[in-house]
Amino acid sequence: MSRPVRFVPIALLVVFLAFVAWRLTVPADTTIRSKLEGKPVPSFALPEALPARATFGSTDLATGKPRIVNFFASWCVPCIAEAPVLRELKAKGVAIDGIAVRDRPEDIAEFLKENGDPYQRIGADAQSNVQMALGSSGVPESFVVDGRGIIRYQHVGPIMPQDLDLILTELEKAK
Amino acid sequence: MRRLFAFLLILAAPAMADSNLPPAQWADRQLPDPKQEAEAKALMEQLRCLVCQGQSIADSDADLAGDMRNMVRTRIAAGQSPAEVRRWLIERYGNWVSYKPPIDPATWPLWAAPLVLLLIGAWIARARFERRKP
Repeated sequence: MSRPVRFVPIALLVVFLAFVAWRLTVPADTTIRSKLEGKPVPSFALPEALPARATFGSTDLATGKPRIVNFFASWCVPCIAEAPVLRELKAKGVAIDGIAVRDRPEDIAEFLKENGDPYQRIGADAQSNVQMALGSSGVPESFVVDGRGIIRYQHVGPIMPQDLDLILTELEKAK
Repeated sequence: MRRLFAFLLILAAPAMADSNLPPAQWADRQLPDPKQEAEAKALMEQLRCLVCQGQSIADSDADLAGDMRNMVRTRIAAGQSPAEVRRWLIERYGNWVSYKPPIDPATWPLWAAPLVLLLIGAWIARARFERRKP
């Protein structure tokens, strides 16, 4: 065997170890993005989440103005962190519809009493069917839907204060 | 002390990480029709849980995995084919959600790899056999 060829296996090993070290220090992004960005909201209709509280369906989203559809749950801790930011968005005149995932009316009422209620309408998604229909994989998640009912942006995880500008920009773009 | 702490940590349930709702109707219940149940089961083993991303929805205990099983069984019972259900999920989550990769430009090396490795092996083996001849 010629001399340089002899070093090929060790070189391969070094490349492999370098790859492993790189992936250990920079883990792959495990965020699941919906493939429906840029596509119309799939058709759905939600039962009401609270008695005497308006709910909504996919056809109610094309109102001519962009709005936010927010997946939340009373059992979701990051949703509490997100609540003040949603209230701020509401104060800025942003229309937000809530989808309560796998939740009970009494728990939702309690959650809204404690954390404020930024929602125009709230629907109940007891079996996560609408969550799956929109390509969402957890709570909280938010979708910016434009005036024609097209999904323009998906925000995975809570909207934190530092995300406010991003969300407002996406809403502006969706106009 | 340290051991005790570790033991307690194992027992501790994550606070408020799960829904209070009971599992959906078809999350943990078999379909009455054995043929449909077999189809649903086979599909569930090939769909990735969106929460614990290394597990199939057949294996996962996550709430969302239960809802995904419920969705698969409901659709199969309503007469949809497993391929249709898989396509519906892929439209929303991408090929990633299915453990059965399609043959497309990104995955053909994966499918070709066994054949290529076999050919390389045959070539190496042939070189060895030839050397022994004289």
